[in-house]
Amino acid sequence: MSYLEISKISKYFRDPEQRGTFCVFEDIHLKIEKSEFITVVGHSGCGKSTLLNIIAGLEDASSGGVILEGKEVDSPGLDRSVVFQNFALIPWMTVFENIRLAVKAANPDWSKSQIKDYTFKYIDLVNLREAANKKPSALSGGMKQRVGLARAFCINPKVLLLDEPFAQIDALTRGVIQDELVEMWEDSKSTVFMVTHDVDEAILLSDRVVLMTNGPNAHIGEIVEIDIPRPRTRASIIEHPSYYKIRNHIIHFLVERSQKLSSVNDNKESNNGNKIVSFKKAPSPSSRARKLA
Amino acid sequence: MKKQEKITGQNSGLASAMLSLMLLGILIVIWHLATVKPKFDPTGLTEDKLMLLEFNGDIIRTEKGDYEYNSEKNQGIPGPLTVFKYSVAQLSEPFHKKGTNDHGIGHLIVYTIERFFTGFFLASVIAIILGVVIGVNSFLYAALNPFFQVLKPVSPLAWMPLLLYTVKDPQTTAILVVFMASLWPTMANTAFGVKSLRKEFLHVASILQLTRFSRLFRIVLPGAAPAIVAGLRISFGAALVAVVPAEMLLGELGVGYLTWIEWNNLDISGVLFAIGVIGLVGWSLDLFFNRVANSLTYSE
Repeated sequence: MSYLEISKISKYFRDPEQRGTFCVFEDIHLKIEKSEFITVVGHSGCGKSTLLNIIAGLEDASSGGVILEGKEVDSPGLDRSVVFQNFALIPWMTVFENIRLAVKAANPDWSKSQIKDYTFKYIDLVNLREAANKKPSALSGGMKQRVGLARAFCINPKVLLLDEPFAQIDALTRGVIQDELVEMWEDSKSTVFMVTHDVDEAILLSDRVVLMTNGPNAHIGEIVEIDIPRPRTRASIIEHPSYYKIRNHIIHFLVERSQKLSSVNDNKESNNGNKIVSFKKAPSPSSRARKLA
Repeated sequence: MKKQEKITGQNSGLASAMLSLMLLGILIVIWHLATVKPKFDPTGLTEDKLMLLEFNGDIIRTEKGDYEYNSEKNQGIPGPLTVFKYSVAQLSEPFHKKGTNDHGIGHLIVYTIERFFTGFFLASVIAIILGVVIGVNSFLYAALNPFFQVLKPVSPLAWMPLLLYTVKDPQTTAILVVFMASLWPTMANTAFGVKSLRKEFLHVASILQLTRFSRLFRIVLPGAAPAIVAGLRISFGAALVAVVPAEMLLGELGVGYLTWIEWNNLDISGVLFAIGVIGLVGWSLDLFFNRVANSLTYSE
């Protein structure tokens, strides 16, 4: 049994113009292992963020469900924390208070000094000691998202959900924060589900990249395994022989095939198993057939 | 260059204060010129008419045998000097009490402020509670909204006869009129603020599994604070406007009633003084309110 299972989720919205429903995505089926870093890439409108919100319990699925450690989860909870694209920091609280709110919530029976020490531990992890008493409005985008990451990690979640966390951060800062993310993830060994537009980011961080076809009626086009060994750095990863193969494959998918696959309605075929692509030295049918237990 | 800009920036506050003072001076001069009386000119008046005027007390005969206007008898709008002298006299003994209706200006201000804050505070507490309840629950909001829409446009003074009849006490009635004036804007704005709270804040609250108490006091109320403060500000102005006629109509001592007492005394200087006091009291209450309001709002 897998750690986190996304079980045949579909999401329909009511279509206000034509009387009827509008399908965002259909039959999303995905099994995620403990401590795995999985990334979903797709065009706008394929429902990536909706999928993430459903896992978080912030939105309901129209059908299907999410199973975490053998139990269905359908409402938000401390076992799944979210890092939001627009940070979602509480603007009337300082950096310290924002993180403390989470620490306190996760550990209600701790003493004041324990909570304080633990809060500062995470503030130091994201190098924000100097800004601890600033309000979010006084921070740059990168600093804001550092607070977001610290807040998400400090409750020791089983699953960490990242909703385009670096989209609003300039490219130079992005790299630094990505490194901080990897560090925290390796220490905590939590399972990460990330949604992004950025192919390089997906390859740098993920164990597997899930490619979604275009919406409406989006579904999983294929899953790409990233077998570049860790630790990866932005500098070393581009030296790896598979890097450009993977990158080109994903970009080719996004530019051409995501559209084609979406118009060809092959949902039925992809119901039980997703197509898996691997770039190991000798790509063989065995790796393609490897079932995700 | 930059330094110079900074200096002009600093001076602009001073410059506008100077301009304000200058305008005040000009207004006082115009007021003075408009109200100043020319010297009494007896040409063209018969002896009989002069005697009649003297008999009425409009003019008096000086020791030299000329006639001039009687400065004791008020005619028309008093000039700034008269009002100033009157104000100084009033302000020099602010806390006297001579009989039931003749209380010093200090007392009157305290009465009005007490009345104002009691009504405003009670209304604000109830309005915020109601506003949060209907802001959170859109079903209740839809059900109660028609009532609010009908009650909202009713002038707070329109409630006065009913309130006076039910509570039978003018002091309480005056407070309740202020209460009615400051209820609706705060309630409507609180409900709006709670309804339009950014979704992510609520998401954070539910991910962190905050208790109801934490959720309300750490997320919902602070998040809606700017809207609530905006509502309080509207209520504040409405209550300030309502307290003056409420005092007048109910005969409750206060700065509002002062204008009416002075009118009954046919003392226009007193009326002008009272108007000035109302303005200054309102302004200082507003400054106080802004100070409190600024500490409650946040920037994104």
